[in-house]
This record gives sequence, structure tokens and C-alpha cells, in this order.
Amino acid sequence: METNNTNSFEPKVVAFVCNWCTYAGADLTGTSRIKYATNVKIIRFPCTGRIDFMLLMKAFANGADGIIISGCHPNDCHYTSGNFHARRRWMIFRNLLDFIGMDVNRIVFSWVSAAEGAKWAEVVNESVDQFRQLGPATAYQKLIKNSEFQEVE
Amino acid sequence: MARIGVFICHCGENISATVDCEKVAKVASEFPGVTVSVDYKYMCSDPGQNMVKEAILEHNLTGVVVSACSPRMHEPTFRNACAEAGLNPFLCEMANIREHCSWVHEKSDATTDKAIDIVRTLVEKVKRNEALAPIYVPITKTAVVIGGGVAGIQASLDIADAGHKVVLVEREPSIGGHMSQLSETFPTLDCSQCILTPRMVDVARHPNITLYTYAEIESVDGSIGNFNVKIRLKSKSLDEKLCTGCGACIQKCPVKKIPSEFEQGLGKRTAIYVPFPQAVPNKPVIDRVNCTYYIKGKCKVCEIVCPTKAIRFDQEDSFVEVQAGALLLATGFDVLKTNFFPEYGYGKYEDVIDGLAFERLASASGPTKGEIRRPSDGEIPKKIVFIACAGSRDPAKGIEYCSKICCMYTAKHAMLYKHKVHEGTPYIFYMDIRATGKMYEEFVRRAIEEDEVKYIRGRVSQVYEKNGKLIVRGVDTLLMGQAVEIEADMVVLATAGIASPGSEELAQKLHVSYDKHKFFSEAHPKLKPVETNTAGIFLAGACQSTKDIPETVAAASAAASKVAGLFSNDLLKRDPLIAVVKKCAPPLYSSCTGCFMCIPVCPYQAIDKEEIKDRSGNIIKTISHINPGLCQGCGTCVAFCKSKSIDILGYNHDQVCAEVEALLNEW
Repeated sequence: METNNTNSFEPKVVAFVCNWCTYAGADLTGTSRIKYATNVKIIRFPCTGRIDFMLLMKAFANGADGIIISGCHPNDCHYTSGNFHARRRWMIFRNLLDFIGMDVNRIVFSWVSAAEGAKWAEVVNESVDQFRQLGPATAYQKLIKNSEFQEVE
Repeated sequence: MARIGVFICHCGENISATVDCEKVAKVASEFPGVTVSVDYKYMCSDPGQNMVKEAILEHNLTGVVVSACSPRMHEPTFRNACAEAGLNPFLCEMANIREHCSWVHEKSDATTDKAIDIVRTLVEKVKRNEALAPIYVPITKTAVVIGGGVAGIQASLDIADAGHKVVLVEREPSIGGHMSQLSETFPTLDCSQCILTPRMVDVARHPNITLYTYAEIESVDGSIGNFNVKIRLKSKSLDEKLCTGCGACIQKCPVKKIPSEFEQGLGKRTAIYVPFPQAVPNKPVIDRVNCTYYIKGKCKVCEIVCPTKAIRFDQEDSFVEVQAGALLLATGFDVLKTNFFPEYGYGKYEDVIDGLAFERLASASGPTKGEIRRPSDGEIPKKIVFIACAGSRDPAKGIEYCSKICCMYTAKHAMLYKHKVHEGTPYIFYMDIRATGKMYEEFVRRAIEEDEVKYIRGRVSQVYEKNGKLIVRGVDTLLMGQAVEIEADMVVLATAGIASPGSEELAQKLHVSYDKHKFFSEAHPKLKPVETNTAGIFLAGACQSTKDIPETVAAASAAASKVAGLFSNDLLKRDPLIAVVKKCAPPLYSSCTGCFMCIPVCPYQAIDKEEIKDRSGNIIKTISHINPGLCQGCGTCVAFCKSKSIDILGYNHDQVCAEVEALLNEW
């Protein structure tokens, strides 16, 4: 795990959530007026099964410091099995990230149901703390830089 | 060139208290492609909607972003407004700056900045939205009602009376549910069975209702308008067409000492049984776990005595498939049992019973013919202690909620006891008395004043047996916390109402959401109380949260009217947010390479193969094809597609990439 103790650092966090469980759960957080960090901004998907994990790379390339993926609990998927496909793909993608030198702790994979407003606030706050500890994400930029052709003088 | 209108709502002060709406509108007006950006106090009000409509006409807008509450709340409102002004409704998006921003953050620049980012994201998305036409699908005008308690009965009758077909599925051998177990009902003290059983009979003989008892839901496919429900008919070991319900088999059955579920274990039943005398249908089933024939392989007394030869020992479970346009969940509740209360001796002492058992004791058709007698020795108890909130409102027991019905039924129990045993003394330990329904408070006052029920405000710490008495130790908080000890003959626990067993499995089969207590979740706690998040599936009664009978009946009729409303149309309008295989000009036709990875991952079997042929009919290429009637728009195939040939309308690749970029670039 990369460590960085700059406490003033505010990570940029993108949350990819499914429409039926976590988006509704985050709505419930709002309806219940539970406060959480402003660092997280949500992008809505029909299902976590829709999330093409190249979007995570896109987010890192555009300067995200952390990502939350959250959908329905196992067996609760609105579309029967989308969350299982997402989980399976995540397990493989995680290994790939690790292999190319990206810190997998920058991605939090969780399940928050439509009834778990308080849990969403917890997931957000814990993730933001975790990303804050990790400091700014530079691994992706380094990866791109190292792969560029460098002229030898 | 995009001409986007941005409309920032203050939502009274709900948004403007923490977000500087004017600043958001000002910043948004400078986003590329934004033609007009305004803020207003209540965007969803008539003047607010008119602002949107007028702006569409005045500026010839190509897209609208309403930055207000959750799209789950008002997306249909604003999409309709756009449609009225001639803009395709799918060119309107909601930026959720209330639930996801103003309500969850304190007032600060960061909160306003976040709102701006959210608006920017949706502006970039809506620029890439396409005008779409809704899909129309035919509706099968049959409803499947799951659960035959008072909620299911009421809903079935209402839907059937509206002229639609109903299939009522009940797990137990008879419909009736918990209401059929009750003695009298609060606050009127009218006999529960007297008002319920006529309705049960109505269900059985209604020409529009098909009743399946001793049946469970095996699986559910499809979606609103066209569900395919597979029902397992558990073997009753009986040919129902031949059985006349004469009851000869029940009289002769040699196994007579099985604790009756209907009597809460206080009475006994035979192995071939009907749960209670007024059961509908009044035809027996064989309990195979306890039947001598199934245990030892011989007996068959019932078969011998049956005058119509209706017994079928070799009958197996069978299945029926029903096509339905809507499902209605009315699976009810249960009361907390088990030895969850070791401190109260529940399960240890026979005379510590729960509320439902007391109902059976007080019922004229119950095991004691309506006399209040102790289960242990049949004596008439001189003192009964009722303990309210046994489990409810007790986070230590994992149940934080109020079960809502216990205050009233405990008052009723104490009253019924006093009416039947005049010299007896009822005590009630309570936390608060919650009597909020019509005539409820008056009912409780009557219990206290006319029937002299002794209410003690405080908790009970322990119940133990001493010299044949149950010693109840508690505290009276109105006497400065003074300890109270009562020598009772019987203790009745108002145990918490909990979700019916099997609720979680059923919710998973139907894809409806449920809370941590396994009660089904409504789509909106206030505005959609009988709908679920899954279109076409409705809720009625105590499967949602514990409810009393008037509330349950009201919810059932409400859900039934929703079903009837759905069935009043011949075609159902569906959002066209489905997946499509992208096509292009020859010679490529489509970038789809025909790997067909999408076919096994589709949960709806909506993808098949399409052959592209030339003019003389030779196959050039085989690609995937998505059936728009079956696709529900989950997008799993999109993420699996290696060649990026499938895209999902409303959440397409361009849109989500633009959202990611817009969200992060200016941050």
C-alpha cells in the first residue's frame, strides 16, 4: 500500500453505483439527512453488471484518487445476476491492476441495498479516509509515462 | 450544436440552505453548449414546469437538465413537461443535488462545488442523449396474489370485482392467515372469524379467482405486464375433485396428538387434517412428516374410510405455470417465537405464552372453547401479567422498531380476560402506550377505567417459577423506579411482529428489495407505499411492516386499485432503455464478431443470433441480436462485449465516458 500522511489532502472519488440498490440507498442517506464527505460524486448505472472496468482506468487517467463500486447484495440484483457478473469481473480485473502496479486499495467494491442509507454514509466516509491515507494517485500517470518512448541522448 | 437548458431548483430551502443555487446557475450558464441556465424556488411546481416548457420553445433547446431532487422522485414529472413542450422526454435528465448533495453535506463552498460538478456531468451526458420512442408491450390481465391472509383476500376480491382474473396462492392448507386465529378484534371487540370467514368463502366461489392452497411460488420470470409464474402445488395426498370434505378420515386417523399450528400448539390435530373448522377449502391434507403410513409404510385408515376414494398416497408435487401482468405480495408477518426470552422463561414454562396463543385461548373455537385456562394444568388464572414490547423497541434483541399492534392487542387481551374471569386481575407492563388509530385511545382508557386493568410503566427483568406461581419481577418507573414483584398464574408476552419465514427467499425470486428485518421495501415511503421498486409488483399488508387489520385492508385495496389501474390499459408503455447491437454500412455490417459471449450472460435470454444475408440469400455474417421485448436494460452484455458492439440506450459508452471526464476534469 502506498502511504502518504498529508492529512489536508482531499481525494477525488468517483462512485459507480447501480440504479436499484445503491443509488436508492444513497437517496435514503439524503432523506435521512446523514452527513458524509463531499469528496464522493456518483455516476448512475442501471446495474453494476453494466460497468465496463475500462471506465475505472478512464477515471484514474482523468485524475481520480479513488473509486467506489457499489451495487445490490448477492441474490438481490434487480436483474437477477448482474451483480455476480460484476463481482466475477472485478476479481479478475483486480489481479490485472495489481499486476500492472496499480494500488488495488484505491478501489472499494461494496454492496449497499436500497434500505441501507446509513451504510452508504459509512462506506463513503471509510473509503475517503482510506484514499486520504493513500495520497494523490499518480501510479496511472507514471505507468503512461514509463511506457512512452524516451530518446537516448 | 447543442442547446442545453439548465434549471436549478431551490426546493424551498432544502437545496438552497446548503448549496448556493444562484452561483450554480451562473457557473452552469458558462458550460459549453448551455444556452439558458436559471434557478427557481420550486422547479416541480406549475410555474417551475412552465419555465422549462417556455425555455424549450423560446431557445429551441436540444436537451434539458433539471438540477433538483433524485430522478427516482421527479424524472417522470420533468420528462412529461418536456414532452408537452415538444422535446423528446429522453432528452431530459435530472441532476440529483438534493439527496446526493444538499441533504448530506453542511453548507460550504465544497457543497456548492459538488453541485456544480454534478450539473456539469449531467450536461455532458444529456448532450449525448438520443431521442427515443417508448416501447409498447401487451398486458396479460391476470394478477397473482401471494398470501391468503386478510390482505390477500381483500386484494383478490377487489381485483376480481374489477373484472380481472386473479390467482391466489397460499402456503398453508387454508386461506385466512393470522386473522382467522384471532378471537376478537380491537377496538370494536367484534369476532374476527365472523367478519373474515364470509370473505374467505367469497374468494372460493368468485368466478374470477383461482385458488391454490398448500402451494408456493417456485420461480418468477418476465416483467411487468408479462410475468411467468411457476407455482408448486405441494402434494395434499388427496384428489380434491373427489373429496367432499366429509371429514370421515379426520375422525378415524389414529395419529391424534400432533400439536396444532393453528392453535399455537395449545390444541392437537390429526395427521390428515384441516387447520380449523371454517377452513377454505375445507378439504384435508396429509402431514407426511407425522403420518404413520409415510413413517412405517402401513396404516391407510383414511383410504379405507374415505367414501369417495379420494386419498392418493403416491401423489407428487405438481407445477402450474401462470401468465400474469402483475404480482401482489401479501405474505404477512409472524410473531417472534423460540426461546428468545430466557429471562421471561418463554419456552421453559408452559404458562408463559405469546399473544397469538392467548388469542386461541380466548377464542370460542379454540382449544378451551373460549375459557381462559392455564396451558399447564387447565386452572383458571387469578392473575395474568401481560408484558408489552417483548422484543420490540429493543436493539439488544435486534429489533429496533415498534411492532405497532401490541399495545392495542395487549389492552384487548386484558379486557377479554377481565370479561371472562371477573375476579381476575390483569397487569400490563408497558414502555409507552401507542394508541393512535381511530377509537384506539378510547379503547385503552376503557380497559383502564372500566375493566380496571393495572398498567405498570416499566420493564420486567425476570420471570421465574416458585411454588407453582410465576414470579414476575419488574420496575415501576412512575414510582421512582420502585421494584415490583407480582405472583402471577400466567404470563403473556406481546412478542414482536417479524417478517414471515421465507420472505427473503421470495424477495430474491421476485427481485424486490427488503430491509434488514426482511420486510419488503416500498418504492417510496410516502408516495408509493404499495409499490415495490420492481415495476408490476405490489405490496399489501404486514409483509411490509407490521400493520393492524384496518391498515392491512386499506393497503390491500390500495394495491388492488394499482393493479386494476395497470390492467385498465391494453398496452403498457415501457422505457426504451435497452441494449442494442450497433450496425454499420457494408461490408462490415456490424463490428460484432460473433463471439456470442453476451448470450450466456444475459439474465433474460433476450439475445439470439442474427444472420446477415446478401441479396441471393447467402449468409455473410452471424451477429448477436437483442430482442427488445425481452431486454430489461441491465447492460451486463455491454460490459462483456469485447468489440464494444453492444451499447445500452440511456447509458451508452459515450455518455458514461463523458460523465467520467466531466466529473473529474474541472475538479
